[in-house]
Amino acid sequence: MDKKRYELNVQLAQMLKGGVIMDVVSVEHAKIAEEAGAVAVMALERVPSDIRKEGGVARMSDPELIAQIKETVSIPVMAKARIGHFVEAQILEVLKIDYIDESEVLTPADEECHIDKTRFAIPFVCGARNLGEALRRISEGAAMIRTKGEAGTGNVVEAVRHIRTVNREIRQLINMPVEEVTPFAKANGFSHELALQVRALGRLPVVNFAAGGIATPADAALMMQLGCDGVFVGSGIFKSEDPAKRARAIVKATAYYNDPAKVLEASMGLGSAMPGIEISDIPETQILAKRGW
Amino acid sequence: MVTSVRGAAKHTIGVLDLQGDVAEHLDHLERLGIAAIRVKESSDLAHLAGLIIPGGESTCLARLLDIFGIKDCILHEFQRGLKLWGTCAGAILLAGKVVGEETFLPLIDIEIQRNAFGSQLDSFVSEALIPPVAQDPMPLTFIRAPKITRVGEGVDVLLRHDGYIAAAESPDVLVTVFHPELTPSLAFHRYFALKCGLTPSMEEEFPLIDSMWNSRSWTRYTRLGF
Repeated sequence: MDKKRYELNVQLAQMLKGGVIMDVVSVEHAKIAEEAGAVAVMALERVPSDIRKEGGVARMSDPELIAQIKETVSIPVMAKARIGHFVEAQILEVLKIDYIDESEVLTPADEECHIDKTRFAIPFVCGARNLGEALRRISEGAAMIRTKGEAGTGNVVEAVRHIRTVNREIRQLINMPVEEVTPFAKANGFSHELALQVRALGRLPVVNFAAGGIATPADAALMMQLGCDGVFVGSGIFKSEDPAKRARAIVKATAYYNDPAKVLEASMGLGSAMPGIEISDIPETQILAKRGW
Repeated sequence: MVTSVRGAAKHTIGVLDLQGDVAEHLDHLERLGIAAIRVKESSDLAHLAGLIIPGGESTCLARLLDIFGIKDCILHEFQRGLKLWGTCAGAILLAGKVVGEETFLPLIDIEIQRNAFGSQLDSFVSEALIPPVAQDPMPLTFIRAPKITRVGEGVDVLLRHDGYIAAAESPDVLVTVFHPELTPSLAFHRYFALKCGLTPSMEEEFPLIDSMWNSRSWTRYTRLGF
């Protein structure tokens, strides 16, 4: 990927700012999401809560389904490839979707290496739990970052932990004397150059969305107030009682995240949210956020 | 830098702040010394000389404009002289006809085709000379861009690019399918300010390519709070 192409890919993410990206598993879902005001859809065979329930190996979705969803909507279409599975990414690139999510929600294909995203023209978004993970993914060519959260739980606690961690580490970087940047970058596993850029910008150099466990309009507004540029909602919409209504409400709350009266209005009469899971009830081996490094 | 005002007391340009690349437009306006505000509520529209509808997703923007009555307020202010500029998604919202879709705020007689180039892999950068806007060629950035396929009477084509129309204007509305706010060129923002009756000061010597701009300049509007 040349520099121009990379910048165009970062800029597409800039266009998504303030918006909601929704997981969809069918053409019908995709239509509902677009109609509700989603800025993009993530085309999947199973939402994370079903992946969690059914277990087994989770792979890239059937390209046929992704192609159908792409035909249906005019908003950008994203799809997931397994961590390190660069052939799944090659397939998604030929399919000409708009963004690839190299995602811990799927079973990793490589326990050492993430995809070398600089070899692709198509943009990638990657998950991160902390500044080090975010900047390593950017070094590998990611054009957009999201918190990992804990997908498929309807529990926002991990997404909050991850954005607070990223923010805390950025603040440390801003406040330390410049000679401490080198050991800080070394200890956290990222380049000195990126460290200096983050220090100068006072934020990540690319768009950063919230993801993993967002289930209500209030969850979305919380993540926005914590400094995210937008939100992904996975299982939270189509596992709720009234998906269309909840989708519209989350779009509204994300746009007006700083206006509690409007977030209240968005939260009224939505029916029940998706059932949530306590993180401590999940067996250690099934914590998705621990995939990737 | 001081902004002087021609005629009426309206000297501020608003950027619709519901979704999309709002910070990028605010940054360009500020570089020209133009007073700019974010427009999030109907009440923000009062006393504006112009309103920019930014890039983003047009279906999302349309839905949000409807919910809190901002759409009606824009129509009202437009009748009272508010100038409008739509970039990309904004141009789709302002088009009199959208191929295969419903119109939203049909305030300029153009026909537009949404996402006309294909996927993100078909996004591109280019360069063109647009004499009414600037004397030198300017960089152009097209991201999942629409194409203007026809303009009606009273609408002037500003740029024809590879056989389609990429920028057009009526006396009150400007539309561009590309994103001047993603380039170092301030020419289109200056052009819109003039259309709004504002006079960016130092007009003559002001460089229209801002060498201080870089592709991360937008981030200063989203620095971490403490």
